[in-house]
Amino acid sequence: MNSFRQALRLISPRLLFTYGRCRRYSAKTGAVERAITSFRSVSGDEGVSVGSAVREQHGRDESVHRCLPPDVVVFPRSVDEVSALAQICHHHQLPIIPFGTGTGLEGGVGALQGGVCFSLRKMDQVLDLHQEDFDVTVEPGVTRKGLNSYLRDTGLWFPVDPGADASLCGMAATSASGTNAVRYGTMRENVLNLEVVLADGAVLHTAGRGRRARKTAAGYNLTNLFVGSEGTLGIITKATLRLYGIPESMVSAVCSFPSVQSAVDSTVQILQAGVPIARIEFLDDVMINACNLFNNLSYAVTPTLFLEFHGSSKSMEEQVSITEEITRDNGGSDFAWAEDEETRSRLWKARHDAWYAALALRPGCKAYSTDVCVPISRLPQIIVETKEDLISNNLTGPIAGHVGDGNFHCLMVLDPNDPDEVQRVHSFTERLARRALAMDGTCTGEHGVGQGKRALLREEVGPLAIEVMQGLKASLDPKNLMNPGKVL
Amino acid sequence: MSARVLVGVKRVIDYAVKIRVKPDHTGVVTDGVKHSMNPFCEIAVEEAVRLKEKKLVKEIVAVSCGPQQVQETIRTALAMGADRGIHVEVSGKDYETLGPLQVSKIMAALAKKEEADLIILGKQAIDDDCNQTGQMTAALLDWPQGTFASELTLEGGKLKVVREVDGGLETIMINMPAVVTADLRLNTPRYATLPNIMKAKKKKIANVKPADLGVDVTSRLEVLNVDEPAQRLAGVKVETVEDLVGKLKESGRI
Repeated sequence: MNSFRQALRLISPRLLFTYGRCRRYSAKTGAVERAITSFRSVSGDEGVSVGSAVREQHGRDESVHRCLPPDVVVFPRSVDEVSALAQICHHHQLPIIPFGTGTGLEGGVGALQGGVCFSLRKMDQVLDLHQEDFDVTVEPGVTRKGLNSYLRDTGLWFPVDPGADASLCGMAATSASGTNAVRYGTMRENVLNLEVVLADGAVLHTAGRGRRARKTAAGYNLTNLFVGSEGTLGIITKATLRLYGIPESMVSAVCSFPSVQSAVDSTVQILQAGVPIARIEFLDDVMINACNLFNNLSYAVTPTLFLEFHGSSKSMEEQVSITEEITRDNGGSDFAWAEDEETRSRLWKARHDAWYAALALRPGCKAYSTDVCVPISRLPQIIVETKEDLISNNLTGPIAGHVGDGNFHCLMVLDPNDPDEVQRVHSFTERLARRALAMDGTCTGEHGVGQGKRALLREEVGPLAIEVMQGLKASLDPKNLMNPGKVL
Repeated sequence: MSARVLVGVKRVIDYAVKIRVKPDHTGVVTDGVKHSMNPFCEIAVEEAVRLKEKKLVKEIVAVSCGPQQVQETIRTALAMGADRGIHVEVSGKDYETLGPLQVSKIMAALAKKEEADLIILGKQAIDDDCNQTGQMTAALLDWPQGTFASELTLEGGKLKVVREVDGGLETIMINMPAVVTADLRLNTPRYATLPNIMKAKKKKIANVKPADLGVDVTSRLEVLNVDEPAQRLAGVKVETVEDLVGKLKESGRI
């Protein structure tokens, strides 16, 4: 162990120096201009763009981080092109930033040091569907809704649902999760294999080329090393995903509670009762009020759970009645449920429109979503303390959460032109993250580390784990070209 | 109620596919391209299934015209809840030139043979956008028609249809038997679930030829040419408002 740490200490100072550099290396040496000619010979004129509108589009995502456009955007059409373009970047020492749909929430695509954005949207094929094996392989341009639309006649679906219509390979890169995780897991549990192009153009198959065994004990788990690596270890060009059968029946329900504690207690008991609940979403009173105003609804302004059950039509009644009993025993009221698509959509409309409802509370403002996750038993305490923090600091932060996972989001609505408010929001999010860490939780349940949580990551996993991560990064990307300035 | 519903389902190129014109300009590329049920036909099937769930209809028969592959489309309808299927075999050149007139003759013949009380079709197919089959079928049968239906209710043996028209919504009352064509907002079709796909494999699909129904599928139409829409050209930037006005005048726009 000691010699390993000594070896890391030899590497890490050099890495730290590299991370510290923020000036645009590429602009200084004119490397971009030389590279562009080579890019064009690989991808053609239509596959390379230096237009400012295109670059700006690829320098921002849906976070509040400002737009940091790359120097050039390339649009490869195949893994061979990705590899050739990466080799050119490697030769000229240009940063490489993979781009899926730009729906990230932590500024993961910002080109902090300039460089080349690899927009993968032209690689948009669904390859190799194996219905009986419940697996499918997709390219990075395939989005979650696109895949489920493709699969609709097969009776299969990919249930990980982060909200946005995100690229599936992008979801793998950020270890995305969503409202369904309590039943179906996150990307970590549902990626069987990845094809990744490394910084030097080498093409790696993390579980072996074409392999799609549902379980394996073979060697180090490279697939899950890349899941959540946020483009800092390689460019994902194929993902083999685990599929599930579309449930025969879906039932949605809503229930109001007198307190956060009673809502969370109900959640725990529902899980303990073995009800295969598919979604349990928590909205606090501020959020419910926002939803009422936005959608002209009349929910009781009090903590509310939105639930969804998946299963056979016979089991639905049993699941609903067990759940209704549990919620009643915990002081829940106004339990309403529905089975047909249209009424279910109406019941869940409040949850679906939460983001917009929050924004509508203060028109002209922007919204930032916090994202911490704690053990479920600590959820009532952290939510109560967080709400007190919001009130005492005069902040607008309606809360929506995947309470079945202990993960919740404060949708901070803020005026970006008010530096005092921006600062207060920033301090609040740091306090919130540290509050979660103090409760054995994590500073990011699903959005990733991106630009803004690198210091928090260090606090969360500790200096040795960070050193190990840096060692892995140095091993796979010694020149630090892959999405510099993110995660570590 | 003992009503029998006939639902027509068409196999078309999937809506998410990028269409390419064949190099010889006689049509679009269909080989190796993903096909699925026409979205408006999905809505039609869903409506029929909902009527059956409300016990207003006794049996749903899904019909499709085409080569062997259309059986997949019929199976999807069966997985959604149709009871049995009829595959009207049309292949080769006849299939390439198959259009609303021939299909409506086939639907009319089947409606009589199966003693159907209601025919539900999609309002149009997304490949030819004809929006003719429902109307022609009603005319051939001399049945009332409720087209562009966004709401359908059975009231005392009659059909109340709310139609989506340019000016808004029109509500009509028609006698049965009738033809209804489904518009987008009629319902949200259910997904075929695995258990239902399994059950659908046991449901029967009968094979029939157009000649058996006394229908001649020769087409009176000949496709002369198929072309892509003109490529969008790059815009031109001008420096001043005068230049802009000048360019607009030049191209005859003002």
